[in-house]
Amino acid sequence: MGKRIGMEVGIAAAEAVALCNIDVAAVYPITPQSHIAEHMADIIHDGRIDAEFITVESEHSSISACAGASATGARVYTATSSQGLMLMHEILPIVSAMRLPVVMGNANRAVSGPLNIWNDHGDIMPQRDSGWICLFTENGQEVIDLSIMAFKIAEDPEVMLPCVVNIDGFQLTHMIEPLEFPTQAQVNKFLPDRKPYATLHPDNPVTMGCFNMPDIFTETMKAKDTALWNSKKTIVKVFSEWGKQFGRKYNVVETYKAKDAETLILTMGSMGETASIAVDEMRKAGRKVGLVKLRLWRPFPVEELRAAIKGAKTLIVMDRAISFGGAGGPVATEIKSFLFHDKGRPRIVDFLMGLGGRDVTVEDFIAMVERAKKKKDETYEYYGVRE
Amino acid sequence: MIEIRWHGRGGQGAVTSVEMLALAAIEEGKYAQGFPAFGPERRGAPVMAFNRVSDKPIKIRSGIYRPDVVVVLDPSLVGLVPVTDGLKPEGTLIVNTSKTAAEIRKALNYKGKLVTVDATHIAREELGVPITNTTMLGAVLKATSVLKMDAMKSPLEHRFGRGAARNMSAMKRAYNEAKPAKAA
Amino acid sequence: MAKKKTEQKKWPEKWHEVTPGCMVFEPGNAANYKTGSWKAQRPILDKQKCIKCGICYIFCPEACIQEDAEGFFVADLGYCKGCGICAHECWPGAISMAEEVE
Repeated sequence: MGKRIGMEVGIAAAEAVALCNIDVAAVYPITPQSHIAEHMADIIHDGRIDAEFITVESEHSSISACAGASATGARVYTATSSQGLMLMHEILPIVSAMRLPVVMGNANRAVSGPLNIWNDHGDIMPQRDSGWICLFTENGQEVIDLSIMAFKIAEDPEVMLPCVVNIDGFQLTHMIEPLEFPTQAQVNKFLPDRKPYATLHPDNPVTMGCFNMPDIFTETMKAKDTALWNSKKTIVKVFSEWGKQFGRKYNVVETYKAKDAETLILTMGSMGETASIAVDEMRKAGRKVGLVKLRLWRPFPVEELRAAIKGAKTLIVMDRAISFGGAGGPVATEIKSFLFHDKGRPRIVDFLMGLGGRDVTVEDFIAMVERAKKKKDETYEYYGVRE
Repeated sequence: MIEIRWHGRGGQGAVTSVEMLALAAIEEGKYAQGFPAFGPERRGAPVMAFNRVSDKPIKIRSGIYRPDVVVVLDPSLVGLVPVTDGLKPEGTLIVNTSKTAAEIRKALNYKGKLVTVDATHIAREELGVPITNTTMLGAVLKATSVLKMDAMKSPLEHRFGRGAARNMSAMKRAYNEAKPAKAA
Repeated sequence: MAKKKTEQKKWPEKWHEVTPGCMVFEPGNAANYKTGSWKAQRPILDKQKCIKCGICYIFCPEACIQEDAEGFFVADLGYCKGCGICAHECWPGAISMAEEVE
């Protein structure tokens, strides 16, 4: 195992990607991802890795450059956040449709307006339907591990889909904490060179990024959807391989003290760690509370979720994003949809919280569990909003 | 677990202080967090930065509202920024100032544990600039015993290279010259 | 699992027959799509007036005008859509558009 060091997580993300023998990075800086962009540029400029850093003029260009480079067989990386991700929006479904294994780090940040640079999940939720594999990290170590695994998952011939690794902006990106890096030799062993399915090369011309008519579009969509659903097998396999090689085993759905819990809190991202302390405190007070953490958001791990919530009477979903004028937070809405027909499903409470960087403390989780007890219906609520 | 809040002005290196402290703790095998108050800052604006240090893994990722220690890097912040907000009753306030402890107590209406040190003076002499972040680390180590002085050596070298030696001197001087004042 | 390229069906029908990413492995097969049937007018070249400047070749949006052995630029009617841009741009007015007959 590598040496235990302290490092800022944003810098660590760039260092982890540098271990992955990438060929191209096209990264446009935006707060709070900027340290990733800057450090990636430094690493390549200093010649520490043999890669090309494309200085683009916007995020729309950075993702387009990545798509083009990936189509030639290169291993590519980009990173962005919030408005940058929104600017990429037009291209994201094209990257997945073209089955290009681009890996992206997304520093979760609220979406304007008003302009807000702080952490919530409002930037990744509008990209939910784009066909990308979507992972969430909880701490700095996961950022390193999942960033490396993302390449292996994306490039697997059974997958061939782009993958976004979500990193809570500021809460994680700007946090200095203890980390362990795998060595270059260990990463080389884990992550072999990319073997592209097809490449754009004058010697063997192919056409990528076609036009498609109504009479075949539906079939094309089902093929892409099926590919995304099938990718879960590979994700579970890669998590298992990582566990065997590095001793850190990840699951698509993590649970903490959930087995006999009557009430479950469900989180995505770094707030899960704070929630675990709240669970500990509530357990000490004799309450049967547990925690479920989604690591995988797309494809949605419905079987694993069902297993995790079995027996619980109440599921309190912590949504760090909104769908205005709709059924509530994206995560709760998704879960309600999946569980709609399930007999004996728990009562689902949906809190919109932690928006725009509003801090979420141990006391807040405890308060939300209290509030959930009193709540009589399944409508969503803004936790802590000043009325 | 110990929670520390630093007050400084943008450009005075409060974030570097928390980084050095976190790195030193991690090197010693402890668990630590170091993070700024997130947001856009500019040179001169009052800023905050935070540390958590523990022997056990730290799972809390929220802000620090009831610190055990508050460190004030810039004397002009006393009276300008509510530096004692949230400080635990048994906590320690460490202030860079040339004033006496009594004057600081009066200015802040503060009765708890207090440590004063004229870090600006030390920094000017040892470093040639009134940047007090590394100097104040000496006072923090004295007041809290959170880490040993030796633990700071490697992070300083990593960060300052050849400048590490004089930062170490400034830190040691502050350690020696920091004046703990009993609770009033 | 992505099929080998040699196993791809020429015109996929079922969803699992669609190539990954809808890639097309036969280079230049756009040539199979004869758009000549789209035209309502066809270009007629008066070789007496033609100065072989190639302006029609440059402007043709279909890129279906080719230089023949004698140096005249002639539209390939199998692809020509009859847009009339060549006639519009031709300096000596050597190209005219005529109604497409049955």
